[in-house]
Amino acid sequence: MIYYIGAFGLVFIGLYIMLTKRNLIKVLIGLNILDTGVNLFLISIGYVGKGTAPIFSRGSEQVLMVDPVPQALVLTAIVIGVAVLALALSLAIMLHKHYGTLNLRKVKEQRW
Amino acid sequence: MRRIIGIVLLAIVVLGITLSLAEIPFGTPKTHVGDYYVNEGVKETGAVNIVTSVVLNYRGFDTLGEITVLFIATIGLGALLKTHKERKKKRDVTPASLVLSTGCRFLFPLLIVFAIYIIFHGHLSPGGGFQGGAIIASAFLLTYLGCNRARANERRYKLIESSGGLVFVIVGVLGLIFGGYFLLNFLPKGTPFSLFSAGIIPIIYIAIGLKVGSELVSVIDNMVGESV
Repeated sequence: MIYYIGAFGLVFIGLYIMLTKRNLIKVLIGLNILDTGVNLFLISIGYVGKGTAPIFSRGSEQVLMVDPVPQALVLTAIVIGVAVLALALSLAIMLHKHYGTLNLRKVKEQRW
Repeated sequence: MRRIIGIVLLAIVVLGITLSLAEIPFGTPKTHVGDYYVNEGVKETGAVNIVTSVVLNYRGFDTLGEITVLFIATIGLGALLKTHKERKKKRDVTPASLVLSTGCRFLFPLLIVFAIYIIFHGHLSPGGGFQGGAIIASAFLLTYLGCNRARANERRYKLIESSGGLVFVIVGVLGLIFGGYFLLNFLPKGTPFSLFSAGIIPIIYIAIGLKVGSELVSVIDNMVGESV
């Protein structure tokens, strides 16, 4: 249960940052924290009590293993999270070039 | 004002999620398919690492879609940053010291060897193409930061990236030709726990490793070329 609390703690921290901060870089940091929280939640949903990692090792008897499906999903989700963050950062670079600021409120004031 | 609205909104979300999460028990198996993969995975795919057999065999098509997402994200980043590339004046970069540049020249081959190990043993131990690709990218990031003016060859990593994706699709189509299913594991499974086992899984993981590695290198290359 503590895993759920930790995972959703990260999600809420990320959500709060995204709602309140005005600097675009900080918003992206919040997005990344939220991403981490969601990944952690998926992994903790797949946990089976006293289970080991779903990898067989030589000469071991039948042991209880955790659910491999969420782990497989998170494996690719992490890499995609990195790529999406890079894309968002490149958008932030372009925004800074265009407006000369990363503050979203000032960007809104300037219009063009 | 904004902060108060944020906190109120967050409190509503917290309440909703806590109420629904209290119903989910922790630590019990929730999917039947997970049990099936654990019990039958080694027999059906030959890979000892069940996560790998799920990623590349049972859900190989899903993974193809995911590396397409990765591909599109890097293409978008390259397109965004390349179109605005005006000739900027040469920046004054302090050259790296002897210790730093020698150290990164020393570490770079070790990191690449470790990445190759991780990629090749994806079906036997924790690791695989995605993780190994990230290690390759970190090796290149080290040279970008430490070595003086070392740049990856753009045409070469574009070529590696495209051929990685092509190998994945070709292996899938070969499964369609030989067995009638896209991404069918048509090669002999071999004995579990040996390096040459699990049929098409190591081939696809090598392709994914090269693809992910070169894509992340292209991300780093585009970001470093940018001076805000």
